[in-house]
Amino acid sequence: MQKKLLLDHQLFEITIQRLCQQLIENHSNFKNTVLIGLQPRGIFLADRIKSTLEANLGDKIDLGYLDITFYRDDFRRREKPLRANATSMPFILEDKKVVLIDDVLYTGRSIRAALDAMSAFGRPELVELLVLIERKYTRHLPIQPNYIGKSVNTMQSQRVQVEWNIQGAKNDNIWLINKTDTE
Amino acid sequence: MTSLSVNHLLGIKDISKNDIELIFETADYFKEIINRPIKKVPSLRDITIANVFFENSTRTRLSFELAEKRLSADVINFSSSSSSVKKGETLLDTINNILAMKVDMIVMRHSSPGAPHFLSKHINANIINAGDGTHEHPTQALLDSYSIREKFGEVKGKKIAIIGDILHSRVAISNIYALQKLGAEVMVCGPNTLLPKFIKTLGVQVELDVEKALRWCDIANVLRIQLERQEIKYFPSLREYSIYYGINKALLDKIGKPVTIMHPGPINRGVELNSDVADSDAAIILHQVENGVAIRMSVLYLLASNKTPLN
Repeated sequence: MQKKLLLDHQLFEITIQRLCQQLIENHSNFKNTVLIGLQPRGIFLADRIKSTLEANLGDKIDLGYLDITFYRDDFRRREKPLRANATSMPFILEDKKVVLIDDVLYTGRSIRAALDAMSAFGRPELVELLVLIERKYTRHLPIQPNYIGKSVNTMQSQRVQVEWNIQGAKNDNIWLINKTDTE
Repeated sequence: MTSLSVNHLLGIKDISKNDIELIFETADYFKEIINRPIKKVPSLRDITIANVFFENSTRTRLSFELAEKRLSADVINFSSSSSSVKKGETLLDTINNILAMKVDMIVMRHSSPGAPHFLSKHINANIINAGDGTHEHPTQALLDSYSIREKFGEVKGKKIAIIGDILHSRVAISNIYALQKLGAEVMVCGPNTLLPKFIKTLGVQVELDVEKALRWCDIANVLRIQLERQEIKYFPSLREYSIYYGINKALLDKIGKPVTIMHPGPINRGVELNSDVADSDAAIILHQVENGVAIRMSVLYLLASNKTPLN
């Protein structure tokens, strides 16, 4: 099995810290900014970004979870339908600055669906995108992130796997694996 | 499991416990959606649904139509009173004509038991039974069980008494199947003339005394006396029915324990249910109506979700 470590847990932590510093540069005290983690896997990163920012700023930051299942463009096109997840948006987005957070950016279709899903909660002033891993040259849509943990060259036959300590993994790690090894 | 084991929702009898749980879980997400500022998702935007009602309906039809619109489906409505059915067209011809207009799903209510089952063997669209005669009314049973799950956390182990006109009730039959599949205990209660002879074979308890039924149950699902289906008299008068089987506050106070009151609507106030109960905190009747939209969205979404190439 070919498995390549993209980020070990030390680099992982450094990357999170850097992303948070970049966010603070642009959003200073986060008074008018909210974070939105995308279900199902972006919410772990969003939780971590929120707690790191709060530790840095000493202030509460609004965080919502957004599920995009009902906004996807591949409904009735997939062999197996996807299971939905819970949306939790305890605020409206009208005139807010929004940072969308997902773990891996690949085709960009999830982000398109997320932009669509978000509009049910109001018209934000600005929307930015933060991802931990950007897979280069794989976009199907004109969508680019504002904050990138690490950009990597990947093949279609590969998959990026993010392991979270809070989900039961030994450490926070990010791997590049061949799809055939996991399916 | 992410999809249903069936292509049509004809009755609760035909679906599994896993199907019901998937419908409930998906309905949870739709319930959140219908409480948003913008209550609409684009999932079914390339789907056309015909609501075909050969029998009168207010809330079921509104509820289906709203669910369809919340999912962005295109909706056409058909009612037999203003259609060519009056001119003698057969059911299959009527439906085939509707399908020729490129309709993907049919929601049908019909006075003949088994009408949607018959259709499902002859046509190529997803069918949802919105009530077939005195047989089944699956979405009503799903929203009833869902409302119990919402209030009590789970349906398993709960005691539900279905009280009233069981003989003419498709709601009762579908509820019995759904509740039993989810692990609840079911009792039916009503005058002997309104209890079908076979009812015990469904594994339910039978009780003639409404007070005893109320003492036994956690939840009472009170059914409407269906005056339109009673060609012969099953009881001497509405007043007498109300005296022996009507549920009022005095009776509930006498029981001395909380009983949750459900009713599929429309209520005959003062007959099976008094206003002092129907409008009290014990009743979850309006929650049932709200949950009806979420449940129907869930059923429509899940039935539509199988892979279908564009052509």
